[in-house]
Amino acid sequence: MSETHEGVHRHPAPTGFIRKYIFSLDHKVIGIQYIILALAAVLVGMIMSLLMRLQLSWPGTNWPILETFFPTGAPGGLMTPEFYLSLVTMHGTIMVFFVLTTAPQGGFGNYFLPIQIGAEDMAFPVLNMMSFWVTFVGFIVILFAIVVEGNQSIGQWFAALGPSFVGGSGTVGPIGGWTGYAPLSALGKVAGPGQGAGMNFWVISIAIFCVGSLLGALNFITTLLNMRTKGMSLMRMPLTCWAWFTTAVLALLSFPVLLGGGILLLLDRVAGTSFFIPGGLYVSGLLSGSNPNFPLHTGGSPILWQHLFWFFGHPEVYIAILPGMGATSHILATFARKPVFGYRAMVFAIFAIGLLGFFVWGHHMFISGMSPYSAVAFSILTLSIGVPSAVKTFNWLGTLWGSRIRFTTAMLFALGFVSLFVAGGISGLILGQSSLDLAMHDTYIVTGHFHLVMGVASIFGMFAALYFWFPKMFGRFLGEGLGKFHFWITFIGVYCIFMPMHIMGIAGMPRRYSQFTEYEFLKGLHPLVVFVSVAAIITIATQFVFYFNVIWSVFKGKKAGDNPWEATTLEWNTATPPPHDNFAGILPTVYRGPYEFAVPGAPRDFIMQAEADSEVPGGNGHNGHKH
Amino acid sequence: MVTSTKSVTKKGTGSGAKFPGPNGKKPGGNGWHGDDGSRRKFSPARYRITMWVVLAAVIMMFAALSSVYIMSVHGEQRVAMPHMFFASTGIILFSSWTLSRAKRSLQLEQSRRYVNWLLVTLALGLAFLSSQLIGWKELKDAGVYFVGQPHSSFFYFFTAVHGVHLLGGIFLLVFLLIKSSMNILKPETEKRNAWAAVVALYWHAMGAIWVWLFLLLLVLK
Repeated sequence: MSETHEGVHRHPAPTGFIRKYIFSLDHKVIGIQYIILALAAVLVGMIMSLLMRLQLSWPGTNWPILETFFPTGAPGGLMTPEFYLSLVTMHGTIMVFFVLTTAPQGGFGNYFLPIQIGAEDMAFPVLNMMSFWVTFVGFIVILFAIVVEGNQSIGQWFAALGPSFVGGSGTVGPIGGWTGYAPLSALGKVAGPGQGAGMNFWVISIAIFCVGSLLGALNFITTLLNMRTKGMSLMRMPLTCWAWFTTAVLALLSFPVLLGGGILLLLDRVAGTSFFIPGGLYVSGLLSGSNPNFPLHTGGSPILWQHLFWFFGHPEVYIAILPGMGATSHILATFARKPVFGYRAMVFAIFAIGLLGFFVWGHHMFISGMSPYSAVAFSILTLSIGVPSAVKTFNWLGTLWGSRIRFTTAMLFALGFVSLFVAGGISGLILGQSSLDLAMHDTYIVTGHFHLVMGVASIFGMFAALYFWFPKMFGRFLGEGLGKFHFWITFIGVYCIFMPMHIMGIAGMPRRYSQFTEYEFLKGLHPLVVFVSVAAIITIATQFVFYFNVIWSVFKGKKAGDNPWEATTLEWNTATPPPHDNFAGILPTVYRGPYEFAVPGAPRDFIMQAEADSEVPGGNGHNGHKH
Repeated sequence: MVTSTKSVTKKGTGSGAKFPGPNGKKPGGNGWHGDDGSRRKFSPARYRITMWVVLAAVIMMFAALSSVYIMSVHGEQRVAMPHMFFASTGIILFSSWTLSRAKRSLQLEQSRRYVNWLLVTLALGLAFLSSQLIGWKELKDAGVYFVGQPHSSFFYFFTAVHGVHLLGGIFLLVFLLIKSSMNILKPETEKRNAWAAVVALYWHAMGAIWVWLFLLLLVLK
């Protein structure tokens, strides 16, 4: 330890339980905290989707258990349309914010970015801790938003903040979709059930989440730019680091916009301003200004909220999926035992996707009445994202070409990611055209499209990452047998769930409806709806196998060595699990690119980044990647 | 499916005996001590990068709010710029100059003058916030309220959001003053200079954002 220099031990290893596991400054603990948060949130979101599927396929069925848990949402065991809409809203909000934004970036990024660049921790450990706990508070607030209207006494908890914060009206959680479109979301109670106090807390939760994400993004960017170890040039970074970095930049530039919009929306709701409320609005049988419950509003624009929301919302899609792309590239190379095909092109493609992501938000708003000229511009920009996406896909295939693949569970999920990304992305080319989107926007094809490409693909990226890095994080393998079972059922399951939705959409089935039995033209589709629900139930049940596998493997899994996958990057160079400061006091030096697999003349089929040429017999100064 | 995990893991040796990794196995030539001396204890670049990143986020938020303002102005209700806001603009521009004097004094290692210029800047910052509040009163007297047209709401909203950010700047100035009064400067010159540089950067940015908001409210009404 005499080698230890200052700057490595900036904070000593904590000993107490609270400082070690709860308010930890260690990026690895914080990463695991994020992953646990995501695992809890995804459970909530998944149960909500299950309830929605039950309602859609068997409407009018009596579910007594529903009444036990949701006496207001399902009186007599029958789900009300309001309850269904509330489920749609909260499923989307929880999944997008607290699962797809936390686990890939805050979870795996926090754990592995500092190790992969050879740093002893994040640049600002206290800030890092705060970013997790702020996000956690956001999660508590979003859960509170669900229950605040349901119970009379809970509804009074925040009555001191003003009349708009009084809940307990006996209705269900917020109803605004995860997009919270104005003007209904801006009006308060007068707009109907699900628009009262719960909606206030929904907005507050999102604002808190924005702050937490911004703190995280700040830390990621500074860490990556300032704390890379000796020899770790930008073009020697693993593609995971590039993905996390780009994601952090996207978060940094998009969350402030949502935060600003969210504050304006909250002011409209609680202070009576009219930023998003036009004049002469007639809602729930009342004219604006005609009633004390509906004060006069004038001059605002509801479309502005859509612009602000989607200016954030589209980059958010890439915030969800870019880390999955990074992990997929990393894992494909490792188990194909080949360098990533076109490393440089992959880096530029990540950046191009991130950059273009800021100029396409209008494609979510084609039906808002925008000028057809704007729509064409947004269409062209949207379709142009297909170019870097195709570059990535072809490079993944190029990486696999002619390789002898090791089919581990992590590899299967990474291959699943490629499959889902392509399958979901194809319909993006259809929906990205304004003329087609006008007809299809409010149908199930959109539901199918975004679930495949940003929902399930991102989740598969996370699964791949978890199966891949679990041995490093816990010193034990995540059970491979159960893992493969988990993969195949989930992989086939999600296709069975979301592919039929494309057909339903083309047949004109509108999304967000709680019941389709009233529509003659949709009756023929009902068997398909039931099929989707059955597939969903099986897929969801399989996820409990995954939960069991995780808990079992943490304690009883097969023990793993320091480099069980024979991988090359720095995280495999340190102990398993890594010590508090990651490298036991001595930061590694990097001598080569991240994917030196199958180097001709080398005695092994991989050379680690931290191995000097002198340590590699036959290695003659391979500096970087090969094409 | 052919290659099972077992075979993969059996071969996995990591940094085995044949290829010693630099992870503690070899005593020399690793980390930052190699050829370019020891790693720097303190990295001013880290502070500078962080402040630029913070400013990027702040600027994005004001850009979004400015867009909302530009789209919300319909011209049916003109709002006269409060006279006090002209004074605000002068005060904040002057405070940027005094802070640059403070930084200059720091470079010349004139600690006393540095503290004095900081105090002047702090006073100007507080004067700016007061002038904003007086401006609010002017607006109120002219019948421009927070609740009403988005146009009039924005006069309050912009100043409030900017004021909150400037309050952050005032805390940073107080922080600099505390640091310089706790006579621990000598061994930490580099760190002190880095802090002063990023606080100055933040303060100048707040000034620039105010000028932007002021011109926006002045020209587009």
